[in-house]
Amino acid sequence: MTRTYPEEAVGGFPQPVREVTDAEGRSILLCCPEERERLVEMYLAFDPADRAQGIPPVEESAVREWLDSITGPDTLNLVARHGDRTIGHVVLVGDTEHELAIFVLQAYQNAGIGTALLRTALGAAAAAGIERVWLSVERWNDAAIALYRRVGFEAADTPEFGMEMTLRLDTTE
Amino acid sequence: MRVIVGVNGSESAMAALDAAVERARTADDDLTVAVYGGPNPVDVVETQVRDRLSTLEIDVSVERLEGHPGGLLVERAEQGEFDRIVLAGGTRSPLGKIQFDSTVEFVLMNAQTAVTLIR
Repeated sequence: MTRTYPEEAVGGFPQPVREVTDAEGRSILLCCPEERERLVEMYLAFDPADRAQGIPPVEESAVREWLDSITGPDTLNLVARHGDRTIGHVVLVGDTEHELAIFVLQAYQNAGIGTALLRTALGAAAAAGIERVWLSVERWNDAAIALYRRVGFEAADTPEFGMEMTLRLDTTE
Repeated sequence: MRVIVGVNGSESAMAALDAAVERARTADDDLTVAVYGGPNPVDVVETQVRDRLSTLEIDVSVERLEGHPGGLLVERAEQGEFDRIVLAGGTRSPLGKIQFDSTVEFVLMNAQTAVTLIR
């Protein structure tokens, strides 16, 4: 797979662990590592309308299997926690280039958590030496595309049905 | 029902072919397989498909699409008065996201024929 990446690297992302206050005044902890059972609970509570391109899966067994496949070696996971609940999750998977996905429970959307979680994950990724990050997003998902653009992703030239975006991280900081 | 299956030789396309053959036996569909180049050139795909069909012990016609596979598949389906186009319904990214290749996208957008994606 050959994707084009922006020439200019983007840096200045914060590192975990961070505590942020969202637009609703909730205190949200952005931390790692992920805890499996809390993640399973989050995905079982996930709004079907927020699924993207087949993930997260619906059935609990499929959720567990999917989580197994994205939490092994060559992955980077970061979660957002409100009290005891995991309410957001960002994951990067890959070797020479990393695919990124982010999920936030519906009750916690539009409160700045996704942006904070994404920026912090990119900070952790840069610190881990990850330079090339890509993602796919449905072309009609304007809110997600705007979020990705804000942190520095650019639309990549791709033959895929979904839109792909790429980001070059500054790993020298 | 007259069914045309598009196969580019990928693992998911071969699985879709298996499913279409099984369905054809149950429903007594009239099956045609249209092969086109994917990970491998069309010659290799055609051999692969003929081998699979002989393993499955079914006698169906195999045609080659040379050029723009999506455009040719849509055209062939209309001119050949097929009732349905069958394709493999995409591959998965490392994270598990479904991705459609450009042929699937083209056929979905342009076919006047019903399209079934097999997953």
